[in-house]
Amino acid sequence: MSRTRTPQADDTAARADLIDERLAQDTGLRGAVDAFRRRIRDGDLGLLPVVIGLLVIGLVFYLQDVTYLSSSNLVNITLNAVPYGIIAVGIVLVLLLGEIDLSVGSISGLAASITAVMVVNNDQPLVLGILAGAGTGAVIGIAYGLIFTKIGVPSFVITLAGLLGFVGVQYLVLGDQGTINLPRTSALAQFAREDFLSPVVSYVVVAAIVALYALVSIIGIRRRTAAGLPAQSLTLVLVKSAILLGGLGFLTYYLNIDRGWGYAVVFFIGLVVLLDLVLRKSTWGRHLYAVGGNVEAARRSGINVNWIYISAFSLTGTLAATGGLMFLARLTSVSQASGSNDVNLTAIAAAVIGGTSLFGGRGSAYSALLGVLVLTAITSGLNRIGVDSSVRYIVTGAVLLLAVSIDAIARRARASSGRG
Amino acid sequence: MSVATHESGSPASTTEPVLELTGIGKHFGAVQALAGVDFQVRAGEVVALVGDNGAGKSTLVKIMSGVYQADSGSMQVEGRQVHIHSPSAAQSLGIATVFQDLALCDNLDVVANLFLGSELGTKAWMDEVAMEKESWRLLRELGAKIPTVRIPVASLSGGQRQTVAIARSLVGNPKVVMLDEPTAALGVAQTAEVLNLVERLREQRLGVILVSHNMADVQAVADRIVVLRLGRNEAEFRTVDVTTEQLVAAITGASDNVVAERNARREAPGGQS
Repeated sequence: MSRTRTPQADDTAARADLIDERLAQDTGLRGAVDAFRRRIRDGDLGLLPVVIGLLVIGLVFYLQDVTYLSSSNLVNITLNAVPYGIIAVGIVLVLLLGEIDLSVGSISGLAASITAVMVVNNDQPLVLGILAGAGTGAVIGIAYGLIFTKIGVPSFVITLAGLLGFVGVQYLVLGDQGTINLPRTSALAQFAREDFLSPVVSYVVVAAIVALYALVSIIGIRRRTAAGLPAQSLTLVLVKSAILLGGLGFLTYYLNIDRGWGYAVVFFIGLVVLLDLVLRKSTWGRHLYAVGGNVEAARRSGINVNWIYISAFSLTGTLAATGGLMFLARLTSVSQASGSNDVNLTAIAAAVIGGTSLFGGRGSAYSALLGVLVLTAITSGLNRIGVDSSVRYIVTGAVLLLAVSIDAIARRARASSGRG
Repeated sequence: MSVATHESGSPASTTEPVLELTGIGKHFGAVQALAGVDFQVRAGEVVALVGDNGAGKSTLVKIMSGVYQADSGSMQVEGRQVHIHSPSAAQSLGIATVFQDLALCDNLDVVANLFLGSELGTKAWMDEVAMEKESWRLLRELGAKIPTVRIPVASLSGGQRQTVAIARSLVGNPKVVMLDEPTAALGVAQTAEVLNLVERLREQRLGVILVSHNMADVQAVADRIVVLRLGRNEAEFRTVDVTTEQLVAAITGASDNVVAERNARREAPGGQS
């Protein structure tokens, strides 16, 4: 950014600043490439490390086993990623606030148990069971938020208590039964296992997404130009749309060789896109980042900080419960072990690996998507080459450490280039 | 002196204060932080509030910005009696405060910081184009030098951050802007920049309250200087009439001399000093 720091002559300051910004941002394709390189150099890595990570993982396991990148395995990876991914999306929300929820695993297990007991044991309608399960997560989240804002217990401790407590509640709900099996014919199980977009529908969806993206971008350019603000060039939008079309189109073609896009996968990706929009474009999202960046400043500017905390914890709880229901659907069973072990840590690790800072105010919804893909891809690869689960834990731990180290190094680069 | 502009139908004289405090008292436990303090600021006037540590400057600022409530005394905005219960109440009355720590979110860009808590758009969704356009207008009005409004404020210099904080206080179209130690952490050039901003605010017919330790800054931009000492009005000067020695004497309490008393009487008839 050094070039934009050049002091301007006083009388032309405002105008020159505008022109200056155009120089930095509005020179079409070349400008975009330059800006990207400058950002990387300044330590604003964004999603780059995790994308490179995914490519490396794909290459390494492909060299071990050529079927790793087969359509059928990629479809499995996407399906397996969904439950963890939905929970990780919730984790992103609390991490953006600079808080943590350690109990997402327990909440997911409890929610799945409640839904299973209602639907399987008591023959309640599926919708009611799902609402009860997801609602449990929401209520737990609200309780966390209230304890955090009104009493002032650190979120680490509240959710650690929840981690233990809700495992107990899960045992109570399950009762003497160790395991409850969800029939494979249940709509929930079908949704997560058997339902896929038909090839025609999938291509229509891809075309619609790209068209929508291009349309929104072009409207944006028009509005900004009309307001006299610098806008990205039309060429850039077209290039980006073409890349999007090519990428999504090829991926769809490749997955369609096997079963294609699962409903659950589409649901998860839709959730990520929706949350990304909410975080970037809504007032609530802006306030969430503000509270994560400087809670005192947020409070003084009139933001209802308590509401932000409570709503975020509640959403995290709801998403954790939803993830639990996806586990129930995918595995067609719930037991005392559901939601234990690696669920918590995988979900939290996914968000962090995707690039969401543990210290609040920095990150995006897409970090959950990419992070969970990294972890699921590693798990799948290690399972395929037949290593012990001990190795899997060690590798996952190493990847987490690597990801956070990259972030720490990038933060140093940001500090030295003044990007904070 | 200035001519105040009044939208309200109050019987305004040309010098009616836009913000007036009378007989303000505040105690914390046994400590009397403020006792019978009078203070006023008119539109288009820069009033400096000076005093030694513990003189009650911060308490007075916090009462005016709604952080604290006064135990006694009354407050008037444009001639109307008001009670300020909270910072947001102060803001809606048109009293904006730039705190010493600036209260910026380092992770957000300039536009986001300027409109934080009062985003443009619908209730749920923001209108980024409108906010960015308005940001440029505000910054240009202040003659501010910010390279782009789309970088995180963490990457701005101290003076630029102060500029953003001051511009931010103007978002709600305030009548009075309070600056708490705006130059405390700044270098020479940046201090000059901020003093320019203060003059711009005066040109825009705002009442400006400048809290500062720095005598040079105060004398450079203030029209009037109010000295607090041990929670009371010690003296009040017109900047053109006062020397640094007199100011220092008033601040340190060595001002029980004829000149200071005469000045104080002439400037604040009926005031208690």
